[in-house]
Amino acid sequence: MNSFFARRFVIQAIFIVMALVLLAKLFYIQVLDEKYYLSAENNVLRKLVIYPARGPILDRNGKVLVQNEPVYDIMVIPREVKPFDTLEFCRLIGIDKPGFDKRFQKAKKYSPFRASIFEKQLSAQLYQVFQERLFDFPGFFVTKRTVRSYPDSTAAQFLGYIGEVNDAAIEKSGGYYRPGDYIGISGVEKAYEPTLRGQRGVQNLMVDAFNRPKGHFADGRYDTLAVAGEKLISSLDLRIQQLGERLMKNKVGSIVAIEPSTGEILAFVSSPTYDPNLLVGRERGNNVAKLYKDPYNPFLIRPIQARYSPGSSFKPVDGLIALQEGLIAPSTTFFCPHFYQAGNHRVSCEHYDGVTDLRKGIAMSCNTYFCNVFEKLINRAGPRQTINSFVSWRENVLKFGLGKKLEVDLPGESRGNVPTPEHYDKIFGKNRWRSSSIISLAIGQAELLATPLQLANIECIIANHGYYYTPHLIKAVGEKQIVKKEFKERHSVEVNAQYFEPIIDGMQQVVESGTAAGARIPGIVMCGKTGTVQNNHGKNHSVFVAFAPRENPKIAIAVVVENAGYGSSWAAPIASYMVEKYLTDSISRPKDQIEYIAEKNLLPELKSKAPAVKPKTKADSSKRDTSSIKQVKTNQLKSAR
Amino acid sequence: MNNQRNLFFNVDWVTILIYLTLCIIGWFNIHAAVLDPIHPGIMDLSTNYGKQLLYILSALVLGFFILIIDSKFYNSFSPIFYGLTILLLVVVLVVGRNVGGNQAWIPLGSFRLQPSEFAKFSTCLLLARYLSSTTTKVQDFKTILSCAAIIILPVVLIMMQPDTGSALVFTSLIFVLYREGLSGYFLLIEGLSIVLFVLTLLYNKFYVLAGVVVFAAILIYFLKRNRSAIQTVIIGVIYSLCFIFSVDFAYNNILKSHQKTRIDVILGKVDDPRGQGYNLNQSKIAIGSGRLWGKGYLQGTQTKYDFVPEQSTDFIFCTVGEEWGFAGSFVLIGLYLFLLLRIIFLAERQRSTFSRVYGYGVASIIFFHFFINLGMTIGLIPVIGIPLPFISYGGSSLWSFTILLFILLKLDSNRMGIV
Repeated sequence: MNSFFARRFVIQAIFIVMALVLLAKLFYIQVLDEKYYLSAENNVLRKLVIYPARGPILDRNGKVLVQNEPVYDIMVIPREVKPFDTLEFCRLIGIDKPGFDKRFQKAKKYSPFRASIFEKQLSAQLYQVFQERLFDFPGFFVTKRTVRSYPDSTAAQFLGYIGEVNDAAIEKSGGYYRPGDYIGISGVEKAYEPTLRGQRGVQNLMVDAFNRPKGHFADGRYDTLAVAGEKLISSLDLRIQQLGERLMKNKVGSIVAIEPSTGEILAFVSSPTYDPNLLVGRERGNNVAKLYKDPYNPFLIRPIQARYSPGSSFKPVDGLIALQEGLIAPSTTFFCPHFYQAGNHRVSCEHYDGVTDLRKGIAMSCNTYFCNVFEKLINRAGPRQTINSFVSWRENVLKFGLGKKLEVDLPGESRGNVPTPEHYDKIFGKNRWRSSSIISLAIGQAELLATPLQLANIECIIANHGYYYTPHLIKAVGEKQIVKKEFKERHSVEVNAQYFEPIIDGMQQVVESGTAAGARIPGIVMCGKTGTVQNNHGKNHSVFVAFAPRENPKIAIAVVVENAGYGSSWAAPIASYMVEKYLTDSISRPKDQIEYIAEKNLLPELKSKAPAVKPKTKADSSKRDTSSIKQVKTNQLKSAR
Repeated sequence: MNNQRNLFFNVDWVTILIYLTLCIIGWFNIHAAVLDPIHPGIMDLSTNYGKQLLYILSALVLGFFILIIDSKFYNSFSPIFYGLTILLLVVVLVVGRNVGGNQAWIPLGSFRLQPSEFAKFSTCLLLARYLSSTTTKVQDFKTILSCAAIIILPVVLIMMQPDTGSALVFTSLIFVLYREGLSGYFLLIEGLSIVLFVLTLLYNKFYVLAGVVVFAAILIYFLKRNRSAIQTVIIGVIYSLCFIFSVDFAYNNILKSHQKTRIDVILGKVDDPRGQGYNLNQSKIAIGSGRLWGKGYLQGTQTKYDFVPEQSTDFIFCTVGEEWGFAGSFVLIGLYLFLLLRIIFLAERQRSTFSRVYGYGVASIIFFHFFINLGMTIGLIPVIGIPLPFISYGGSSLWSFTILLFILLKLDSNRMGIV
């Protein structure tokens, strides 16, 4: 023992205090501060998103409309690249030397250590050639992706397309999508996006300090598998869809065919169309630009976005409403002196029909008859009650699916237009209009506007004797073939079934001996109605609506060919080929007739740079409405003279 | 035979138990730090943990031999040990292999020897022998100079390698001198110097100086009556002044730029997580991510995937912190503290000054390694590359700590004998 024995305590105290200092600091960084924990995850975890295969879309007979096709992206890790034959490389994948340098610099700029895409979407053929030489190009490798492919290049506007998601959609999705993801942009691809896209999987990969993969985090306990998108069975019939597209070549217009008993859309032709394969692959950008420049606007989904006056095809609706309201009977006759006159207004009729009953009125498409019917409807409670009667007429028209969205399962549907009393108050002054002021509505002209889908839907209603199902494009979803509930719901127009018979009689006559006699199909009773629609874009639109067969109808159809003249000359034969093909799977008439129609160029002349029909904004449509009424009025004045 | 039985009866088994525990903890953490899941063999001699197992076994053999050698041997041969070490330290400067910027290794066949490790116990032994001679009194200036000379000779040679970390270890021997009667002022001065050193580097030197003066003024105000205390304070202020300016000069004119950066990073003067601060930042991330209970054995990601450099040697504590969390770190620090206090207890129960001085030497050196190593991994102290005793990977380090500790155990087992 020596005199400094007590100093042991000082030394012990220093040791203990220092140990406590270490513990305090450890407690701070390990328990109190979360920063390090989070940094550790950033260090080591890489979330790898596994993209599921997008659901395929089939036609009603199981034929593939859209599927996925493998394409190959060439990836590069710049630091691992060793000198190689650049020219040979460029030749193999079809790029030039400056293009190569540009891509390589871009990859290098992104990261010398990480893989980045060098060239996108090599086709399988190019890949095969390239792959054999891959070992000559260290640092390059290939990853497989899938893109949409359309084996029959058909139904472009129906199917729509997918593309890289934009910022607005990313925000709307609440961060589900990330830049570079693909999303349905139009058509079924957009409408059924959540079903088609499937469920993404995530792999939590660990990497070391040099970004080398080190397997799955926690042995993959937090990884999820990608679930492929559901398959969609569309209601489309590929046979008549392709026929329709062929017939509508070099024309502007639409064909919509619906199965009346279900509301399933059988054909959905929008012309001019484009090959959906153009929107896939390396040339996509150029192709899109080209299509956007096309003055006939192939991206417009005409069956649901183009709006036309229904013209004569509206007459059955007028007749049905009047019958239901008890204002006429099938036997009611009006005298047709070649025109209809009310006050200063005169509507000419193409024919001198004489004493005309309802059946004859439909069959001959007598303007006079339906102007009289309309007058009865609007004046039912006397001229002072015009507005009330008009409102009640309007409500009845809306029941037929006009003037409102049918809620078809495609985005961007137009509601068409059924004018409101307020609209006329604005034009003529409050309450200063009578049936004669708006008589053009009687023959489906003026402000009355309908989409081809709405026209076809009216035929479904007639075929069904008074009801329709919401027209839809997707019959069933997934392996279980689930049908959406809303598509099974029956919408009634509240017209008694018996009133349809005289109308249908008249429509049968239209095809057998009336305005569309040329569209008769041997062995099939088709009921139809032609329309020759005045418009302010040039020649009349050729319109034909029909359903067949008369008993137990299988197909209802509307055909619009813009600026092509009489309904009987183009729309009616086109519709009859479609119907025959659908019902009998063959066409009895000579092939060269189809060829003639298909080859006939009826594209309207371009007056200005603007396309004939554009997707409308509200401001745009009201302008058009007023201009068309003026147009019709001048026509009326002309014919009155 | 009787002698042998006495030996094992008298050996302090508590210390041996802690020693073994630390070695085993070390092995498991080295295993975790470098384990490649694809080749999970335990006895694979190409891996660090395979080799460490050999080192541990050979260290145990070494310890056994130390215990059976006569305890007088260490006292009598201490000048020869010291001389040999100094010789080796000179030799290493001539023929040494340069590893990581330090010429610290003598190649011996497939094997490398690090003389600076052995300088620790030989310096302790010589210091013990010198202080135990009856003519020395630590209060004497001459004795202090002699002790300083014994310590500074190896320090200078090690600094020439240059291995600053190992050289700094010897400053811990001030605890030994303090225990033997060195004035407490030296300890105070050392503490004051450290504080001033840090403050000078952190802040403008004139502010620090002003702070010192204000602090001294307050002290003097309270010490009105005590003239000698006031004298001491004034001397302290003068010392501080000199020290502050010399630190400032050294920092700006002597230190190399990478050393400056290291100090700057640790002091938080620069934020540099990708450059010089990378090691420290990754080390803190690894330890901090362990949270309270750790990620579990072999579940650590930061150390295993090479985010932390030197993860089985100087930064082995990262694995402990990451996989065992604060709880594991607490246990480890507790074990070290227990070992240190146990060594002090052993030292104090010696009858001979030689054994006691040596015991304090062992405690000081282990403490310094333990505190500096842990402190640097968690960012309390600049990154000074020294190993964690018994735990870090490496044969030289493990053997030198084994020799250091087992000589004490031998001396202790023989404490009743005549020295």
